[in-house]
Amino acid sequence: MMTNMVGALNSALDIILNENKNAVVFGEDVGKDGGVFRVTDGLQAKYSSERVFDTPLAESVILGASIGMAMSGMFPIPEIQFAGFMYMGFDQLINHAARYRSRSRGRFTVPMIVRTPVSGGVRTLEHHSDSPEVYYSHVGGLVVVEPSNPYDAKGLMIRASHMQDPVIFLEPTKLYRLFKQEVPEESYEVEIGKANVVKEGQKLSIITYGTMVPVVKEVVEKKAIDAEIIDLRTINPLDEETILNSVKKTGRAMIVHEAQLSFGAGAEIAARIAEKAIFELDAPVMRVASDSLPYPFPGYENFYIPNAIKVSKAIDKMMSQ
Amino acid sequence: MDENGVVDQELFPKELTDQKLVDMLSYMLFTRALDAKMLSLQRQGRAATYAPSIGEEATQIGSALAMNQGDLFVPNFRQHGVYLARGMPLDVLFLYWKGYEEGGAIPKEVGGFPYIVPVASQLPHGAGIALAQKYLKTGKAVVAYVGDGGTSEGNFYETMNFAGVMAIPLVIIIENNQWAISVPRSSQSAAQTLAQKGIAAGIKVLQVDGNDVIAVYKAVHEAINDAVNNVPSVLECVTYRMSMHTTADDPTKYRDPAEVEIWKKRDPIDRLRKLLVAKGVWDDKKEADAAEEFKKRIDDGVEKAEKFVPNPESMFTNVYSYMPQVLQEELDEAKASGFYMKQEGEG
Repeated sequence: MMTNMVGALNSALDIILNENKNAVVFGEDVGKDGGVFRVTDGLQAKYSSERVFDTPLAESVILGASIGMAMSGMFPIPEIQFAGFMYMGFDQLINHAARYRSRSRGRFTVPMIVRTPVSGGVRTLEHHSDSPEVYYSHVGGLVVVEPSNPYDAKGLMIRASHMQDPVIFLEPTKLYRLFKQEVPEESYEVEIGKANVVKEGQKLSIITYGTMVPVVKEVVEKKAIDAEIIDLRTINPLDEETILNSVKKTGRAMIVHEAQLSFGAGAEIAARIAEKAIFELDAPVMRVASDSLPYPFPGYENFYIPNAIKVSKAIDKMMSQ
Repeated sequence: MDENGVVDQELFPKELTDQKLVDMLSYMLFTRALDAKMLSLQRQGRAATYAPSIGEEATQIGSALAMNQGDLFVPNFRQHGVYLARGMPLDVLFLYWKGYEEGGAIPKEVGGFPYIVPVASQLPHGAGIALAQKYLKTGKAVVAYVGDGGTSEGNFYETMNFAGVMAIPLVIIIENNQWAISVPRSSQSAAQTLAQKGIAAGIKVLQVDGNDVIAVYKAVHEAINDAVNNVPSVLECVTYRMSMHTTADDPTKYRDPAEVEIWKKRDPIDRLRKLLVAKGVWDDKKEADAAEEFKKRIDDGVEKAEKFVPNPESMFTNVYSYMPQVLQEELDEAKASGFYMKQEGEG
């Protein structure tokens, strides 16, 4: 079927609900309304309000109750309406979802998928455009996934539903309806923990994910540069092997993400390249990211999010070294 | 039951046989013996920081014994008595307080979840566990504990509100021991009772004498019966923390010793003992025998726990359902570097 990311995610949820009778989808406005981005559209009608339901507007109990359900034989799939509201339940994810397995030495596990829209570029109000992947990656114990296209979105979500881990599933708002793609109707998995080499190349490795994948692809195509593009797909745990193999081959590494530059995923990746491949580099590692500021109001976001021009100039600079 | 162990026969739950009352006293004494041992171990450096439950035994044992087989409980960090009454192996409990996650591997038959430290953050888990009981039609109830300080947290309000809307089999027990470390109940909330906070959430509320084990038993028993019919409730048990918050603080710095003296007269154990002695089912000999048995069980548990050999690799193998390559490398490096070699003088 030709579908956008919203359709692909809806199909994935449909498959999971159909396959696992103990899977439930819930959150704010996910029932009749089908979620503010319509990702859960039609699911309540199909699966009943016992399995797809609205909750009170309270993120901490939504996520904390998810943990309790997950430990009790259910498979909860909570939706947090926007990443900026997930901080109200941050404690539950960091202090509990990430830790139950270790604090009980595997006696209690928290299999669940926490879905939330991330990143900007769609002119929303404050707190609706954050890119929080690193917060959830840093703690250890949470699997952090961020698809960049409909095919990966569906396959990653179905894969997550077969795991025994708390998976933070970050859905880039901008990519929800940006483009359609051929996506199988049936169930399939995309491996979690494995980066995707979107395009092979010899001269430069560009490591990216989420909203920046289409931007990087556009620039690389336009410039007709022999760059390798790696879409991380899973932020944590990081697929270091794919990154290092690529960088050792090309001798140049650039990391592009929408989240802020300082202490971002780029810093982690650059450090790993420095530790394990520095002598195979022909140029310093370069990071392209949003500036180290709180996400601005929509009027300013085009001065903030890395765009094709910023990526293009960075590539020029890197290739001149 | 009043402070002299005199029971109101009209209110007395008929199912409480003499044997069950003796069990109650036994578990309360057991809990106090455990606290004494833990405090001693902590002072000797054989246990980490510990939060004693001295004075709160009626709330814990009364509620634990009111649970039915298969009911589940979610503690904070002080419900040692609940664990004991639900059959927690002592060595596992000691491992927790010695500072090993292996202490969180609670056997299924105990029906309990691990100790939780950030106050009130365990209540949402209780809500989810209760929702699962309803969804999976197990017919079981969930009892979740919180302290008086925890009732000031957002998680307390969010959970009660959620429980009301979702109509889940959840009983929240406020173990109001009057002190949140150094802050008294009066500074915690202007509400006349903590139980009344549940009224706004539309769930059932009750305040009981938390030092009267019979009253606690009765109230929790009824609350569980309501819960399995999907009527959640919050129950405030008014008790008193006769000792410190944890071994890391000194209560004489912030509270009047005279207050402690008043509460000593309301000691929940003395009260039940008076009743059982008057009934002729308890005496000094029985108490001495019980003390002997508790000591043996506690010592056995300590001995077993102290034989535990920590395996640093278990830190790595219990984070994800699989071993990520990046984590495997960190583990391999730590092992190869000798970082895990036992250092001299290390326990």
